[in-house]
Amino acid sequence: MKSLKRNLFFTALAAVALALAGCKPSSESKTGAADTIKVGEFASLTGKEAAFGQSSHKGTLLAVEEINAAGGVLGKKIEFIYEDNRSTPGESATVVKKLITRDHVVAVLGEVASGRSLEAAPICQANKIPQISPSSTNPKVTETGDYIFRVCFIDPFQGTVMAKFAKSRLNAKNVAVLSDVAAPYSLGLAQYFKETFLADGGTVVSEQKFSSGDKDFKAQLTAIKAANPDAIFVPCYYTEAGLIVRQARQLGITVPLFGGDGWEAPELIQIGGEALEGCYYSTHYSPEDKSPAVQEFVSKFKAKNNGEIPDAMAALGYDSAMVLADAIKRAGTTDSVKLRDAIAATKDYAGVTGKTSLDANRNATKPAVILAIKDGKFKYVETISP
Amino acid sequence: MLARSQYYLLAALAASFVASLFSGSFNSYFLDVAVTCGINITLAVSLNLINGYTGQFSLGHAGFMAIGAYSASLLTTNFGGKLLPLVGGQTWIFFPLALYAGGVVASVAGLLVGVPTLRLRGDYLAIVTLGFGEIIRVLLQNVDAVGGARGLIGIPDYTTLFWTFGLAAITVYTVWALVNSTYGRGFIAVSNDEIAAEAMGINTTRYKITAFVVGAFFAGLAGGIYAHFKQYIAPQGFGFDKSIEIVVMVILGGMGNNVGVIIAAILLTVLTETLRQFGDYRMILYSLLIIVLMIARPQGLFTWTGWKRKSA
Repeated sequence: MKSLKRNLFFTALAAVALALAGCKPSSESKTGAADTIKVGEFASLTGKEAAFGQSSHKGTLLAVEEINAAGGVLGKKIEFIYEDNRSTPGESATVVKKLITRDHVVAVLGEVASGRSLEAAPICQANKIPQISPSSTNPKVTETGDYIFRVCFIDPFQGTVMAKFAKSRLNAKNVAVLSDVAAPYSLGLAQYFKETFLADGGTVVSEQKFSSGDKDFKAQLTAIKAANPDAIFVPCYYTEAGLIVRQARQLGITVPLFGGDGWEAPELIQIGGEALEGCYYSTHYSPEDKSPAVQEFVSKFKAKNNGEIPDAMAALGYDSAMVLADAIKRAGTTDSVKLRDAIAATKDYAGVTGKTSLDANRNATKPAVILAIKDGKFKYVETISP
Repeated sequence: MLARSQYYLLAALAASFVASLFSGSFNSYFLDVAVTCGINITLAVSLNLINGYTGQFSLGHAGFMAIGAYSASLLTTNFGGKLLPLVGGQTWIFFPLALYAGGVVASVAGLLVGVPTLRLRGDYLAIVTLGFGEIIRVLLQNVDAVGGARGLIGIPDYTTLFWTFGLAAITVYTVWALVNSTYGRGFIAVSNDEIAAEAMGINTTRYKITAFVVGAFFAGLAGGIYAHFKQYIAPQGFGFDKSIEIVVMVILGGMGNNVGVIIAAILLTVLTETLRQFGDYRMILYSLLIIVLMIARPQGLFTWTGWKRKSA
């Protein structure tokens, strides 16, 4: 009797497994006829960096819908296929292979995090499928090969901008740096900031480190307080940034803290709260920018996403799809070599995040925007051009 | 004259070799999932020797995997230019040597952790191994020579189906042969009742260390395969989450049941991919399935009665 029950259990299990396995091919669009152009995206839709991933994804989605509403490219609609990688190492490579070999996409968009873009890059390069990263700022990403592009500026530029900003706007001579050893993004930014800041005659009075996922930063902040800096540079992601600013204020540190585009998320305000007043960060765009392109994008995005104001990741996600569509139009074909050349030739493309040109290293040169946090909102301060 | 199990091993090696010859005609996404399955089988079965057969609770398996992955990749990326000509430019000789080196370094690490800590039992051991895994990850994160937090870029693409499943077959065979030998009964004795085993004259510490060294060795090899497959490794990929993932495979499959563990490793790997069609609900479904399976089969998916190995 017992064994019968067991057998039934296994049969049921096998049935479930088969059903799951069986679903796969049928849900896969076999109708991939030549009347659509397939574009793939891989993103951190769940997991640790989901706020970035979702935001960027929404921007890309909006762009694709707009392109299709306007009749698509080359007379064909874009078929947009996206996959999640759980913000986990190892999975990006798998999904990009799926996008390229199963779905036969002509180009891959993604990722926000540099670590995961780096994982996908060798695969896109080997398959000769252009990859456009919306917002991976680490220089190594595009060094993988000539099929890898990005539509954002890179860390050396952002570090330089923040160093200049600290000197000119904050009048800081002594700066402390608190960076995240577990994030390549953070270390890179800290390094480029230091180089420029020291070259401009500033002093870095204290250099402290922490690791992603830490919740308590009091030890580092106490050491920084003792060094008495004029400002504190905190290049890290929003989760830690919010906690750091909060704890700094609790310890009685009153000087401004400032960071890079990793701060860009509404969650920053939720985590940091009032402590963030008077802090600054550099980013790719501001929704307060009065230019018509930006305002049009903001209103469309709000209409589609229940009044949510698009952040820089959304704007870059949008631009990445637009730059690709523009390149497909100019190439007049989706042939991978010609498409690659067309993307590489992108010059002064008027995107939401400013005029985008791709340089010889396949990086975008474009202005950076400095935002301040006032009354729980992100306020535009200034634009710094390259 | 070969034993029957050795024929199985040879057959498995031959099958993976033949499959490897045709790998060019497989879709590379399916190939990716298959190789991930193979790597997970190796990891889960090697952990099964420690957690299942020997009854020690290790939470540091990803740490050993990281050591193997980094050692092998450093050999092939940084010294590949010098070492490759020594074996006549043949990657099929060079790659297993690099893998082997990675496995040896990992097993030395297993010995280093094992000797001072394996006098500990149960929860204490779990915490120490957890700490060890984290130390490895943090160390790798802070050493610039291996890429630090950015990770190691540009690892050559050496992994094939043959290496992956060949290794998986050898791991399964080794663990099977070890546990079913006269000597290996000691592992099960340690797992069943440590005090009774000691009273019978079994050197329990030695058995535990052996399990750790062998387990770490194969985890290191799996790490090397993983690195040369993904061509990019970063310390974040070998964190606590990864260790837990392997532990889940072992528990789901049934502690001390190789067949169950292999099936669980395949099931969990394939499941994350087949659930893709559910989009945002994918991970919720995945976790739900694990909970349901655990409630339905607390003794492990494929543990039959009469195979009682584990008490306490």
